[in-house]
Amino acid sequence: MLSVSGLHLWRGDRHVLRGVSFSATPGQCVLLTGKNGAGKTTLLRAIAGLLDPEEGEVSWRGVPARKTRDAFHAELAYLGHEPPLKGDLSGRENLKFSIGIRRDISRAAIDAALERTGASSFADRSMRMLSAGQKRRVALAGVLLTGAVLWLLDEPTTNLDTDGQHLVAALIDEHTHGGGIVIAAVHHLMGLVSASPVNLDLGAA
Amino acid sequence: MKTGALEVGRLIMERDLRLAFRKPSQLLQPLLFFMIVATLFPLTLTPELSRLRDAAPGVLWIGALLSSLLALEFLFRDDAQDGTLEQFALSGQSLTWMLFAKTCTHWLLTGLPLALSAPIAAVGLGVPGEAMWSMVASLALGGFALSLVGAITAGLTLGARRGGVLLSLLTLPLAVPILVFGADATQRAIMGDAIAPPMYLLGAIAVLGLTLAPLAAAAAVRIGLE
Repeated sequence: MLSVSGLHLWRGDRHVLRGVSFSATPGQCVLLTGKNGAGKTTLLRAIAGLLDPEEGEVSWRGVPARKTRDAFHAELAYLGHEPPLKGDLSGRENLKFSIGIRRDISRAAIDAALERTGASSFADRSMRMLSAGQKRRVALAGVLLTGAVLWLLDEPTTNLDTDGQHLVAALIDEHTHGGGIVIAAVHHLMGLVSASPVNLDLGAA
Repeated sequence: MKTGALEVGRLIMERDLRLAFRKPSQLLQPLLFFMIVATLFPLTLTPELSRLRDAAPGVLWIGALLSSLLALEFLFRDDAQDGTLEQFALSGQSLTWMLFAKTCTHWLLTGLPLALSAPIAAVGLGVPGEAMWSMVASLALGGFALSLVGAITAGLTLGARRGGVLLSLLTLPLAVPILVFGADATQRAIMGDAIAPPMYLLGAIAVLGLTLAPLAAAAAVRIGLE
């Protein structure tokens, strides 16, 4: 369903992605590993369409993703290094606006997602007042709420406690069991995800 | 179900208004700047009403232009820094439409209050009472055109570190026609002449901006996000 073929990408004069190819089908989890600077984030951003590769193609449902960009994005949830949240809004408000622009969302659905990620007790506090781990839990609730098939997660366990790391693994498992696809750049998730993940090692920097 | 375009626009406006009122200093800074410039000018000129009146259009419009440049920096920068702009680009909705909604809200929060508060400054510059409404209308329309033009340059300078200076340098040449026709409209209003000709031209620039600026801004933002 997602197919990445021969992706080459330069950042400045550095050849970061050297012909990366892989494909993922529903129910599959692809874990991207590699040293710092190996190109995990770059690959995720290139799949999402935030970076234009110099060569190669990302296809979704058999069609080049850049040709059906909006339809592809509607089925994609991307969570980067920093949780994309406004510091002056509460968690609930953040989700209302960030998910609301994608699809109709009820208050009950937001509550349920916050409950699932253990964020309901601090969802009404301004983001500025929360710890990095708490923010990440709110951001994970956002990923759940998108209803997207394809999750692109960049170090989703950063700043999370052990409980939180297990939560991420459980969410990934649930999503893949439900027919979703997860591509995650990880350091700590190995061994936690139950569905046998495909490991894509991007190697050294 | 996918959110409709009108609802997307409404949500973005509501979000930006809510954020602006939670951080009022950012909102008041350009307005205060304009008021300070426009009220200090009479103190440095001969206190002769006819002379002040001659200088009024220039003072008001240059103040408005510099103040809007100050405000433009906030149009996309915060959203780009915290990653929410990136999420807009990945939402599956039209980025052009979303940036248009953001630009309109920006005008509501900066251009419109500036135009509405201009009469306070204009009194000190000897602008006659009957010219006030025409002056407010020209500043409001010109401010809207400035916001639209500014959306393109704000998008283009997203990727630049400390892009403030670059933003001003890029915006100024594009803003000159707005400045010329806007000041002309205010001048005519003060003289008691018909303001329609320069207002039509300002309107034409605004319409051109309406059709092209959001598209260009969206393309610029996508590049800026790389």
